[in-house]
Amino acid sequence: MPKVLESEEMFVNMGPQHPSTHGVLRLLLKTDGEIVEQCEPHVGYLHRCAEKIGENLNTIQFVPYTDRLDYLSSMSDNLGFCLAVEKLLGVEVPPKAQYLRVLMAELNRIASHLIAFGTYGLDIGAFTPFMWALREREVILNLFERVSGARLTYNYVRIGGVMRDIDKTFETECRKFLKEFPDKVREYHDILSYNQIFINRTKGLGYLPIDLALAYGVTGPNLRASGYSLDVRKFEPYSGYDKFQFDVPLGQGHDGQVGDCWDRYYVRIQEMAESARIVTQALDGMPTGEYWMEKFKRAPKLPKGEVYFRIENPRGELGYYLISDGREIPYRLKIRAPSFCNLSVLPEITRNVYIADVVAILGSIDIVLGEIDR
Amino acid sequence: MLLNVVPVLVYAERRVSALIQDRLGPNRVGPAGLFQPLADAVKFIFKEDIIPGHVDRVLYVLAPVLAFLPPALAFAVIPFGHPVLLFGEKVDLALAPANGGVLFILAVGSMGVYGIAFGGWASNNKWSLLGALRSSAQMISYEIPLTLAFVAVLMTAGTLNFAEIVQRQSDTWLGFIPAWNIFQQPLAFLIFLVAAFAETNRLPFDLPECEPELIGGYHTEYSSMKFALFFMGEYLAMVTMSSLLVTLFLGGWSCPGIDPRSLTLLSGLASVAAFSAKVGAILFVYIWVRWTLPRFRYDQLMNLGWKVLVPLALLNIVATGFLGMP
Repeated sequence: MPKVLESEEMFVNMGPQHPSTHGVLRLLLKTDGEIVEQCEPHVGYLHRCAEKIGENLNTIQFVPYTDRLDYLSSMSDNLGFCLAVEKLLGVEVPPKAQYLRVLMAELNRIASHLIAFGTYGLDIGAFTPFMWALREREVILNLFERVSGARLTYNYVRIGGVMRDIDKTFETECRKFLKEFPDKVREYHDILSYNQIFINRTKGLGYLPIDLALAYGVTGPNLRASGYSLDVRKFEPYSGYDKFQFDVPLGQGHDGQVGDCWDRYYVRIQEMAESARIVTQALDGMPTGEYWMEKFKRAPKLPKGEVYFRIENPRGELGYYLISDGREIPYRLKIRAPSFCNLSVLPEITRNVYIADVVAILGSIDIVLGEIDR
Repeated sequence: MLLNVVPVLVYAERRVSALIQDRLGPNRVGPAGLFQPLADAVKFIFKEDIIPGHVDRVLYVLAPVLAFLPPALAFAVIPFGHPVLLFGEKVDLALAPANGGVLFILAVGSMGVYGIAFGGWASNNKWSLLGALRSSAQMISYEIPLTLAFVAVLMTAGTLNFAEIVQRQSDTWLGFIPAWNIFQQPLAFLIFLVAAFAETNRLPFDLPECEPELIGGYHTEYSSMKFALFFMGEYLAMVTMSSLLVTLFLGGWSCPGIDPRSLTLLSGLASVAAFSAKVGAILFVYIWVRWTLPRFRYDQLMNLGWKVLVPLALLNIVATGFLGMP
């Protein structure tokens, strides 16, 4: 009697130690040969109880912890928390502080998107774009080091303003960078964006329709790449964003569908250009005056009540939900991390794709595990 | 001699990649970092040689050797200079000049896949296995266009002997255009070039290792000199493929200005230099491509191989046949 050969699916653990999961993410893949039938993310390997720590420290003490949430865009995370506390206190910071905050947040957005661009190249197999992206990021990090003393966890934005004013050298260096940056972006397009191999790898892949994205709470560049214009900076301007001129780039569907991996990648590149515009305006229109309110030397007593404040961080909508019972220490702190919601859509868009595509889709979502696990 | 090429190539790869990526590259060990490959070798030799408990020991040990040997063997039949008169005897400048050299290369070259397939299988690791599967499929698929590209050249040359193939290319047309096969067979050259990239597992076709997806692919579980053998095998394969490319399409050791019928030592050395320069140029292209292009996906690679390269190569053979009819 002929023996019937059975074939079965193979379960593969991608991660937590894997070069392309962008941190300690574990993906459980159900594979049939090269095809991935199902992909299930397991998170929590980087859990550091950030929210609980926030309920045991006063607000000034907690700001450095926000650095560690999304470690690629610490400025934005600082900013979101400080704005939430300030909203609860009913304080508005001086205009100079607002401008400095916008300046730093947008520079940080460029730095963060550069990493997204570079690592996406790595995921697709091109090593050189990564080094080029780091080359430009280096300039921004030097600027940040100059102004805050740190290169990754800045703790620069603080309650009531910012830590330090910028000096002449900062401005000249920054303007030099802004002048050279468009040329560098053109280089990126040459080596990666319009490379036919790259387009073939990413077009039509990981298509994310708008309704699915909205259902899963996807925000930021991922949602905008699907063609839905949602930017907290535009529809709920904070920190004086309404004074700046900038556009919100949307996915165009260059070669495939609107909302594929190529769109998500390309929206980020365009956003860097928009951020550069905002930085230029912030430098040009920098007001004079105080950059920090002296009275926040000591941690303020929080009035009783609750507040939710959201900002647009490079990955999407970052929200801080604070409940206070009248002490200096918040009663409850909840952080809405954009990467977490963005990651949740991954199983939906990685069905019946190749193993290589899982990496490409994950890279295009651009997650930061520090923020997901908190 | 061939083994000495590997450190040079590793060094070149590092420096060229640094140049492309706007970095410095190795520049600490020795003048301009020239001794870096030596340091690497020392590191490899002194690393602990681990054989994991869950592997198939025989195949595990055999695999790196199998990956390393075929490219080294294949190089033996390639002539790297024209025959010279040494102590009154005519000496062919090839390690083992063989009449059916082309067949030998094809036979030995396809052995290379065993090293990788065994390595992936014996490692008993899912990622390695995937790498090995991809590699077997890829190398078998690309062997075909490679061979078909060969055939077209053999049809124009009318011989299986490498020395004669080169000899035929050493003339010139109109006095200044070298009669290299690349001008007669441009399509075969392109097919061969692409297939050679795939055969040597280099980017954009380095799917078997493919770090972002498969971590290290077939050599994930290897360490120390076993890993080094895989590593050297890859670079040797590059050298052999480049030499083959140069021999078949770029006139081998011939070069305008070198008289192919001369038997003097000086002229022989000049021909070796010409051969090395051409191989070096091809190797530079290898490195250049690796650091600029992204990687293909598995199915795209297969599509390119079977749906584009094989039909093109067949077409090329038919065309060569018709054009070559007396």
